[in-house]
Amino acid sequence: MMLAAISIPQLIVFVVAVAIVGVGGVGLLAAKHTVHSALFLVMTLFGVAVLFIEEGAEFLAAVQVIVYAGAIVVLFLFVIMLLGVDRVEVPAFVADRNRIVLAGVGVLAVLVELFYVASGAWSSGAVSQSGSLSAGQNVGVLARSVFTTYVYPFELTGALLVIAVVGAVVLSKRLIGRREVDR
Amino acid sequence: MTIPGSWYLVVAALLFGLGAFGVLTRRNVIVMFMSLELMLNAVNLTFVSYARMLNDVGGQVDVFFVLVVAAAEVVVGLGIIVAIFRQRATVTADDISSLKG
Repeated sequence: MMLAAISIPQLIVFVVAVAIVGVGGVGLLAAKHTVHSALFLVMTLFGVAVLFIEEGAEFLAAVQVIVYAGAIVVLFLFVIMLLGVDRVEVPAFVADRNRIVLAGVGVLAVLVELFYVASGAWSSGAVSQSGSLSAGQNVGVLARSVFTTYVYPFELTGALLVIAVVGAVVLSKRLIGRREVDR
Repeated sequence: MTIPGSWYLVVAALLFGLGAFGVLTRRNVIVMFMSLELMLNAVNLTFVSYARMLNDVGGQVDVFFVLVVAAAEVVVGLGIIVAIFRQRATVTADDISSLKG
């Protein structure tokens, strides 16, 4: 089959990365403590970063580790710390058996459809709209695209980040004010 | 030869399914949130796979924007979770049902 044509080192990296992603994902769902879930999330994010590198997206792999595994998971851990680390949900999953079964059936239906799409041809034959990926170094190509074709969306994400920061501050600030009024 | 793109798509689909199942079945809001991040990562992996398969930089640019939006979403979402916890001392989804009617 096709297996013989794939270079062995790449296959090994792929299998190991998928194993890391799988263990991390299942561990996240099965963990009793929220902290363990967060650490399994880091594991999954690292596995996905390895897959990014294997697909030639070096910049995104670096950003994945710095932003996701660095910033976002630390944010999660801070909130877990705020809410109490030792708190264990006695039944981790919802009590309603039907809901779990229905969720499983729904997810399976989506998966079957996705597998059907994924097992198709390499591409749909669509023509590149935003430039070739192999035109140069990964970072350079990405930067040229972000700062020329997608410069307005890029500026908008800056506005979005400011809105998020202001929103988070307002969310915590207004509550403090209300508590003082309650007294 | 490199790994076929469809393999990555299958991995991404499985990861998405795992995340979706977590969002639907876990009771802790924070774990639900983390499962959401799992789903976002699966979509990112799909984007990168298609970027390589179609030799199109657009897929990777999209992942860039998804990362930014995910960061903003986590900041606001966790802010809301902390605000809820301060008022009701719970992070269980079943207990947060004031809007249920």
